Amino acid sequence: MPAIDEGLARLALANGTVLRGRSFGARRTVVGELVFNTAMTGYQEVVTDPSYRGQIVLMTAPQIGNVGWNRGDLESTTAHAAGFVVRELSPTVSNWRSEVGLHEALLAAGVPGISGVDTRTLTRLLREEGSLGAVLSPVPVSDCSDEELVAAARRWGGMEGRDLVSEVTCPAPYTWEESSLRMPGEPAAASFGPPGALGHAVVYDFGVKHAILRQLCDVGFRVTVVPARTPPDEVLACRPDGVVLSNGPGDPAALPWAVQSTQVLLAKGVPLLGICLGHQILSLALGGRTYKLKFGHHGINHPVKDLRTGRVEITSQNHGFSVDFASLHGVAVLTHLNLNDNTVEGLALPGRPVLSLQYHPEASPGPRDAGHLFCRFARLVRGEALDGEGG
Amino acid sequence: MPRRSDLHSILILGSGPIVIGQACEFDYSGSQGAKALRQEGYRVILVNSNPATIMTDPELADRTYIEPLTVPVVTRILERERPDAVLPTLGGQTALNLAMALGREGVLARLGIELIGASLEAIDKAEDREKFKAAMERIGLRVPRSGLVRSLSEAIAIQREIGFPTILRPSFTLGGTGSSIAYNAAEFAERVEWALGQSPVGTVLIEESVLGWKEFELEVMRDRKDNVVVVCSIENFDPMGVHTGDSITVAPAMTLTDKEYQRMRTAAAAVIREIGVETGGANIQFAINPRNGQMVVVEMNPRVSRSSALASKATGFPIAKIAAKLAVGYTLDELPNDITTRPEARRGSSEGSTDPWQPACFEPTLDYVVVKIPRFAFEKFPGADATLTTQMKSVGEVMAIGRTFKQALHKAIRSLETGSFGFDQPSPLVQSEEALGPRVVLDELRRSLATPLGDRLWRIAEALRAGLSVQEVADVTGIDPWFLHQIREIVELEEQTRRLGAAALEPTHLAQLKEAGLSDRRIAALGGVSPEVVAARRREAGLRPTYSRVDTCAAEFVAHTPYLYSSYDPPWSGPALVRPGEADPGARRKVVILGGGPNRIGQGIEFDYCCVHAVQALKALGFETIMINCNPETVSTDYDTADRLYFEPLTLEDVLAVIEAESERGTVEGVLVQFGGQTPLRLALGLEAAGVRLLGTPADAIDRAEDRQRFAEVLQRLGLRAPESGTARTVQEALEVAARVGYPCMVRPSYVLGGRAMELVRDPAQLSDYVHRAILVSSSDLRDHPILIDHFLSDAVEVDVDAVADGKEVVIAGVMEHIEEAGIHSGDSACVLPPNSLPHAVVERIRRQTRALALELGVVGLINVQFAVKDGEVYVLEVNPRASRTVPFVSKATGVPWARVAAQVMAGRTLRDLGVREVVPEHVSVKEAVFPFSKFPGVDTVLGPEMRSTGEVMGIDRNFALAFAKSQIAAGNHLPTAAQAAGKWALFSVCDRDKPGAAEVARMLHDLGFALLGTRGTAAFLSERGLPARSINRVKDGRPHVVDAMINGEVALMVNTSDELTVRDSVSLRRTALLRNIPYFTTIAAARAAAQAIAALQAGPLAVRSLQEYMAGQQSA
Repeated sequence: MPAIDEGLARLALANGTVLRGRSFGARRTVVGELVFNTAMTGYQEVVTDPSYRGQIVLMTAPQIGNVGWNRGDLESTTAHAAGFVVRELSPTVSNWRSEVGLHEALLAAGVPGISGVDTRTLTRLLREEGSLGAVLSPVPVSDCSDEELVAAARRWGGMEGRDLVSEVTCPAPYTWEESSLRMPGEPAAASFGPPGALGHAVVYDFGVKHAILRQLCDVGFRVTVVPARTPPDEVLACRPDGVVLSNGPGDPAALPWAVQSTQVLLAKGVPLLGICLGHQILSLALGGRTYKLKFGHHGINHPVKDLRTGRVEITSQNHGFSVDFASLHGVAVLTHLNLNDNTVEGLALPGRPVLSLQYHPEASPGPRDAGHLFCRFARLVRGEALDGEGG
Repeated sequence: MPRRSDLHSILILGSGPIVIGQACEFDYSGSQGAKALRQEGYRVILVNSNPATIMTDPELADRTYIEPLTVPVVTRILERERPDAVLPTLGGQTALNLAMALGREGVLARLGIELIGASLEAIDKAEDREKFKAAMERIGLRVPRSGLVRSLSEAIAIQREIGFPTILRPSFTLGGTGSSIAYNAAEFAERVEWALGQSPVGTVLIEESVLGWKEFELEVMRDRKDNVVVVCSIENFDPMGVHTGDSITVAPAMTLTDKEYQRMRTAAAAVIREIGVETGGANIQFAINPRNGQMVVVEMNPRVSRSSALASKATGFPIAKIAAKLAVGYTLDELPNDITTRPEARRGSSEGSTDPWQPACFEPTLDYVVVKIPRFAFEKFPGADATLTTQMKSVGEVMAIGRTFKQALHKAIRSLETGSFGFDQPSPLVQSEEALGPRVVLDELRRSLATPLGDRLWRIAEALRAGLSVQEVADVTGIDPWFLHQIREIVELEEQTRRLGAAALEPTHLAQLKEAGLSDRRIAALGGVSPEVVAARRREAGLRPTYSRVDTCAAEFVAHTPYLYSSYDPPWSGPALVRPGEADPGARRKVVILGGGPNRIGQGIEFDYCCVHAVQALKALGFETIMINCNPETVSTDYDTADRLYFEPLTLEDVLAVIEAESERGTVEGVLVQFGGQTPLRLALGLEAAGVRLLGTPADAIDRAEDRQRFAEVLQRLGLRAPESGTARTVQEALEVAARVGYPCMVRPSYVLGGRAMELVRDPAQLSDYVHRAILVSSSDLRDHPILIDHFLSDAVEVDVDAVADGKEVVIAGVMEHIEEAGIHSGDSACVLPPNSLPHAVVERIRRQTRALALELGVVGLINVQFAVKDGEVYVLEVNPRASRTVPFVSKATGVPWARVAAQVMAGRTLRDLGVREVVPEHVSVKEAVFPFSKFPGVDTVLGPEMRSTGEVMGIDRNFALAFAKSQIAAGNHLPTAAQAAGKWALFSVCDRDKPGAAEVARMLHDLGFALLGTRGTAAFLSERGLPARSINRVKDGRPHVVDAMINGEVALMVNTSDELTVRDSVSLRRTALLRNIPYFTTIAAARAAAQAIAALQAGPLAVRSLQEYMAGQQSA
């Protein structure tokens, strides 16, 4: 186990704040948007979620790295966060599933980290000022002054208008066959049969998390993943029973090509499931508008109300943009609402087999309250009339 | 769904006296519940036998009954009040069991009363081990293999299937009473018998052991729309095998991956649904095999619990309050998260709103770490097995909040008030082994770690310091290596500091030490300097704690509730980020109220009660109230009690830091140290030295009352008598003093709490033995803390007086006559208000003397004086110029909130202004103590000068006999009537000097229709007095003997007294009585009162009356 690098690292923010801490992971300088995540478990899933492309992620939970790193908890093939900010990095790893430590994993993935910084004050700062450009750097002060780092953070162009999907999508189509990982004694998920029993789901990879693919397998789909820029007719040629517009990083408004593909699929009446960025793309395809949230939703404790049942799910969230429901008035029906700030969390189209969710029903990390929505999508695919959705 | 409009009045069941496993957390939950329901406009009726509770304050409910929590008594209350519903989930296991019994006996159905919060079926399913097991299997969850048994033979059959070690769990008991682990067949047989006796339904679960697995708890809430949230995850530092109440626990869970945590969360939701808790909270315990992640469900409590109180304090989520609201129909999404939502905010506020409304339907997220450490009292119970096991043994707990585990752990250690300020406890074991060489020491350390004891935390540090590896320690303790690594890091930092010596005080290193949570005192010890030097260097370096809010959301939203904890920032952050504190002190005049810290024997809920009242009084006077405390069970640490709550250790360093932070704006007028027991008093001198003003009685008055010499001068000036006394530092001195004052003598070390180490000695041999032992246990010698020797007044009546003084006037709050004679610690003695047997003139003299003492000492606030009355002469035993243990009892008995009056006086009001006068009630109130003996097999139950009770109950009625009867029933001492005792004996076994008194009691019982049985000498004496008493062998006389008769169920009640000669011989009698639930009395005075009470019980059923009615009667009278 390589020793954690005790060297200095700095985190410089566009508002002029510079913090000193200890460097861990890769020793390189990165620029990105600083966001905070309030999850108390699942830092590995967070760091490997492609939706964090271009973002320096701060964990508000103070003790990070305790359970190490293992293959089963990867949400993609590698770490995607630009940088990682923690209050205290664990000096050791204690979990029967762990294979390496967080430091080694980030070192291998080329992701720099900083520990020993006052994460609460930073979080309060982001809450007040909104998400900020930031630089995380292990370069000594003698080589680069605080002012230079701050200037670099200021030069960072922001998330709006950036196409980060192209950086994380798969180069070529592939099939996915793994079901969800079950902990010992854990009952199997609800299912309509073995993979394929439900037919074929094609997933547009805008930065897809493995948990989505796994849960599509769980409910009974044969799963094909295609690159983000795959033309819709190629997707249709796969004869999909349903198409999933996956999660992914950045601003949906920067992806007009994805919006256009979605419009084609909508016109063909293919059952669609949009998750997070996929949901935003779907909303744009319907003529809606998206906007940037002040500091976004990044956590696993957000209450979302299913307006059809009145029940509340505790959900996993990770997005910086949101859909303006007013822009979809008369087009879509609001099905899910965030109870913290009343933002849009889910939409349905009257009479059409479309399910669109801002939050993450696949969880990972987070509560599995919303896992049943994959079954709901399965029933849409099977052409079952669903209460309230059929219009 | 809004609140139910079909309900109008709701009865809340309390949890009764404080016992091990059921402490003031249920006062916290009951008070929250009562407040919440009244806020919703319901008529609230409250029943609890414990007067030292905020929930029984008459203004908290429409009707408050301080009555025994038994089926007949509560039935009478239900018949009288006819509530629409009973809420049983806030009063612990006691309330749950009572609700079950009311349901089983058809009372609820007959009166048409609904049980809300949890149904009878749900309670039964969760509590009945067999049904619970079946329920878990239905939802695909594993539970340890087990079988429910009713007899030893059934138990042996099950045990053979599951092997050793075996866990025994009696059904329907609290705090794991009667529960144990058996490692071999002999132990097994003995413990099964014990366990069967402890279960109220006579069944025990024989369970497969998952010893050494990791233990977790989830606090879950559910509403009637089936929304489920997990409020908090708790990881036990100690593995399975140690009761969770005795474990060090940490929140949130530290060593779970998300997949493991979510599996547990999903399981918890499935459990609460399957058991059928429709609304409210539940606590679910899981065990995880650290080698392969296998998980089993250990148990579930379908109610608010000790852990849920901890979870509420750890997260800011008010579980009990929300549970009460869910019980009357609300859903989680209809209730606001009070911490982040201002009362003015409106539901449905949009994103970016300046006044957002957030629901209680969410899961709190923590950006800090919480550590709870239990506090034990084994020193009070010589002979008790101090090994921690599945039956809870701790008497209290502390909680600490830090930004990191290390910070929280350090804060929790110094919150305990055991004299430890870090990992500094010298381990006597290692000291004694030092001569034997390092290898022996290591072996010995390893061996000592294998047995979980209360001080294991410090032994772990010692072992790591001595060179054992984390893995070795993990192997013998079963504690997760993650925690051990943290302790090793602390130990390494400490060793580095020790090497640096004074250089350790250099700013960068000092910053590192503070960030790791070390106290100034610990740093001083390591650096070889005084704590004052460390504090000064810290200030020079600009190192101060900053205060963060417990906000449920890791700073994602603005918190409006000033519930604060301190932390030191990482030293590397540098000056570029000046951290704005979140204390945000107010501009008004402020008073800081210091709480009582962890519950322990001698200092419990009574002092929290006083602190809460002080807060209420000062708030009403327009002060901003600042509360500092570290006990998570209390009402004082509820975030809406004081204006600002600092959840901090009660040490000088931590308290001064709060005062400094609060002084940044507004003025801190002063600090109240009189309400929290010894804990704040111990800080008085240091606070004064730091220039902090103490409100009320000056510190010098406290010193005059506590310093023997100075106090003797006070008595002399006033011409008051006290027993002859003196102090001694050596055996020789002690013998001289004793010879002067005369035997018997009461001896004790100076400056102790709850009669700690106090003994009655009758001759020089006993005295020198005592002094020798005192020298042994005293860490240095007796120079600083001499032994106090008082002549003991045999057969005197003891009297306790509470009073309030404003410097000019004194008002007597209450005069209490003890039922047991002097010599039994006042905290363990039953007492009656107003006095029962003392002549009016004597009581008047006692009043006069109390007034004189209060004025002479210059008391401003509360004062407690203990007197002894012998042969018509009044002696002053002790004066405490502060709130005493009896203040809540006196307040309930007289209907005057004395602690509140005292706080007003301390803030400058006069008694005349307030118009307060002494109230001598028409009705009679009796206080009785409750003991934890059933938790400590092998401990003698005889009462003495050392306090050992954990709690108290109160009986109120129109005369002494009825009030005493109620107090006994409430304390669990079920007095039988002659009819109930038919076919059984009233047993007498008394020492010679008590024989005349015993004969008197025997005659009363004989006249009431009891048959008399006596051990040889006693029986002979009774016969001589013309009483028909059958004689039976003492244990040493051969069989069949008296214990055989007790075990065979032939004894209905027992009177047993002993002197030095017979005390050892009669231990088996008292233990058997305890084990077999035979009511027993160890003093003639108590037996006499019991006989009177039985006479009253035979005259007719007990009547019930609410405090509000008593008070109304008083006003009109």
